[in-house]
Amino acid sequence: MRPLDEKETTQVFEKLFKFTGPNLKHLLERPAVEGPDPEPGRYCLRLHRNRVYYASEALVRRATAVARPRLAAVGTPIGKFTHHGSFHLTVHALDLLAAHARRRVWLKPDTERSFLFGNSVPKSSLARITENTKAGDGVVVMSMADVPLGFGIAARSAQDCRKADTNAVVVLHQADAGEYLRKEEELM
Amino acid sequence: MAKKGTKSKPQLPPLAPAGKKGSKAAPPPKAAKRVPKKQMLLESSDDSDTEQPQQLQEEDSDIDVPSDSDAEELSGSDAEAEGGSSSGEEVEEDEDEGDDESDDDSLADDFLADSDEGSGNLLRSLVGFTEGGDSGLDSDDSDDLEAKSRAIDERQQKAEDDAEEELKTNIRSESDEFKLPTAEELEEEAHLPPNLPNLKRRISEIVRVLSNFNKLRQKDVPRKDYVNQLKTDIMSYYGYNDFLIETLIEMFPAVELVEVLEAFEKRPPECLRTNTLKTRRRDLAAALIPRGFNLDPIGKWSKVGLVVYDSTISAGATTEYMAGHYMKQGASSFLPVMALAPQEKERIVDMAAAPGGKTTYIGALMKNTGIIYANEFNEKRLHGLLGNIHRMGVTNTIVCNYDGKELPKVLGMNSVDRVLLDAPCTGTGTIWKDPQIKTSKDIEDIRNCAFVQKQLLLAAIDLVDANSKTGGYVVYSTCSIMIPENEAVIDYALKKRNVKLVPCGLDFGRPGFIRYREHRFHTSLDKTRRFYPHVNNMDGFFVAKLKKLSNTIPVTSESTKASEGAAEMADSSEDDEDKKTVNDEREKGVPDKEEKAVQMKNRKETKKTNKGANITKESKHVPDRPAKHIKNHKKDALETDGPESTEPYVDGKEVHREETKQTGQKKKSTSDRTKKFGPKSTLGLKEKKPVSDTKRKRKWQFKLRRDWEAEKKSDKRRKV
Repeated sequence: MRPLDEKETTQVFEKLFKFTGPNLKHLLERPAVEGPDPEPGRYCLRLHRNRVYYASEALVRRATAVARPRLAAVGTPIGKFTHHGSFHLTVHALDLLAAHARRRVWLKPDTERSFLFGNSVPKSSLARITENTKAGDGVVVMSMADVPLGFGIAARSAQDCRKADTNAVVVLHQADAGEYLRKEEELM
Repeated sequence: MAKKGTKSKPQLPPLAPAGKKGSKAAPPPKAAKRVPKKQMLLESSDDSDTEQPQQLQEEDSDIDVPSDSDAEELSGSDAEAEGGSSSGEEVEEDEDEGDDESDDDSLADDFLADSDEGSGNLLRSLVGFTEGGDSGLDSDDSDDLEAKSRAIDERQQKAEDDAEEELKTNIRSESDEFKLPTAEELEEEAHLPPNLPNLKRRISEIVRVLSNFNKLRQKDVPRKDYVNQLKTDIMSYYGYNDFLIETLIEMFPAVELVEVLEAFEKRPPECLRTNTLKTRRRDLAAALIPRGFNLDPIGKWSKVGLVVYDSTISAGATTEYMAGHYMKQGASSFLPVMALAPQEKERIVDMAAAPGGKTTYIGALMKNTGIIYANEFNEKRLHGLLGNIHRMGVTNTIVCNYDGKELPKVLGMNSVDRVLLDAPCTGTGTIWKDPQIKTSKDIEDIRNCAFVQKQLLLAAIDLVDANSKTGGYVVYSTCSIMIPENEAVIDYALKKRNVKLVPCGLDFGRPGFIRYREHRFHTSLDKTRRFYPHVNNMDGFFVAKLKKLSNTIPVTSESTKASEGAAEMADSSEDDEDKKTVNDEREKGVPDKEEKAVQMKNRKETKKTNKGANITKESKHVPDRPAKHIKNHKKDALETDGPESTEPYVDGKEVHREETKQTGQKKKSTSDRTKKFGPKSTLGLKEKKPVSDTKRKRKWQFKLRRDWEAEKKSDKRRKV
């Protein structure tokens, strides 16, 4: 487990920035809840076996005692580096993103299933969308009960969505909660 | 006709109103009797044929009719006593009886074959009463009316009592009739496919006999025979293997045994645990019920549990599940975490964390503060654990993949506040989930599991910091009901470490066993809790909560790993595998030199001979020698010469045995000696290190030879 180097950090931040915008620094600078220490540390990112983990400093410190081949995870994983070096966010980051993301999309109740199976969101499924969404923004997909279902990239801006065709793709799927059931080998 | 109704079953109802009329009115018995008598005489020919076969049936039928009719039918086949007593009641109607007797005899022969005169009388009189009601009052005995009505009531009461007794005797006579099947019958059965209803009936019969053995047994048939027959029947009906049935029979009384077996045949109830990090139970229920779930809170004992009676879709396929709002978990899995009661900002270790239900529950209780080390030995189960942890949004975990026994080395001794050990076990409490366990578990499996569990529990205790401000607890739980895996393991830990049992905080469930057959456990073991499917409607489970009193390890267990092995041999009754594995440990283990020194010292101590000087010299050298060599030396006694091998070899064995039986005291003294001895030996070792192994070996052998010869000479001198 090691801290990320410059290049890797920029890659991760870029991806996160699409969702959080200027909130990004808040992600790393908020006081950590975890850890048995009375004074809260901060959160940090660590790389372990091509996966990036978001954990509090207390956790990270204690995890150094565990041997590298034996360590499976620290804190929450947020994404992984692919074979050729690009970074993708995984579904495990959903909670974090849902808490800090600026743009959200709400789906109609009957259409949740389709998204949870890994399909992109067509205009017909759209119930609500945050006003100032722009194309290419990171968007968290929620159900009408405010349950985060996954996230993706907005294909159109909010205004364009109104004008769009019913079958036009509004949100490009990146990750959804159904992957917990579909992809068992996610984290290994 | 009403009279016919009294005789045959299907025609009973018409009797009812008639009977009622009869009891309300107080018809003069004399007149009434005369009338029915004639009628009966007329109809006797008709009824006689139908009467006898129906008598036997009437006993079994559910007769929902006034007791009059009961008495009538039953008295037909009953013994004399009742008839006689009932006839005593009819003293008042002497006249009638006198008239009736001759008639009764003939009638009795006809259709009340087994009955007595008296009972025949009763029958007649009762019939007469009922009939008399219909025929109206033509009595002139208004004075006797009261007396007669009283008589009627008494007779009724008597009849009811007789009826009850009759039922009882019938039941008793049925049970008396239960005989164990003979060898031939069994052989016949063996050839046919198993007759399940027959088996079931036989099982319940034997259980009934066993529960009231003295009264219901066959003469001269020992209890053992009944038990053996029960065993074979259960094995073929329920499909268990021999070992499991034996253990269950030993653990439960006969009636409860059947309850246990029946409970294991049912489907386990499906339970959910609300993830309090993301939602509340109320909201979750409100979200799930519209999806077609039939839910209920699991009980007073949990605020987060829900039990699902049925559902239109699978509980693992809902949006809420994927969002991590709840976890599918057995009800019993709530219990160890409730017993553990983790506080915020604590350091917790879950030694066998997969699939992650308990770990995530701990995380939810701690509200993501503190830190949880979630350890899982089996790599293949790791991804399930990770998936659950991250789905439920538990962020304060470090997941690792160690053997639980290594954790004290990795994380440090006395380093955490609480440890949860949900130990790997034979799973005999979860037979209803996995029926394959019925046939696949054997005594060896249990012993192996118990061995691993003991080691894990000691490691868990070593992890905990006794001086922790908020904690210092270890919770040990298994999903098994076997005593060697539960109470025996806790008892072992109580002996080996400075821990004590504390109440689990669970107010339901049975206390654990303090004694079981030949085992005697520590009395505090009644603070542990056992759960059964037939009592609590959850998996068979065992929970124990230990509090660590001090971080020091008691000397009895520290002195040598050898003596620990020896102590185990002395303590546990399941010796074999313990001996084997502990011996292996000893031979490979680190403190071998110490161990050899101890043995040497022991031999010195127990054998008071002139070899003192020699022995000290030898024993001084012993620690210098590589452990392997000593091992060979000890084993190949016949080959290598030397006082230790030849002469004292026999004694050596004895000494060794004595050593195993040593009490704590002696062990302490030996350990002190080893402690004194330790530095010396290392010094010696440093000097000799540069010499190669083979050279050392030969040197040693030469030395031994010399010593032995010297000894021989001195002995000869002594003898002479």
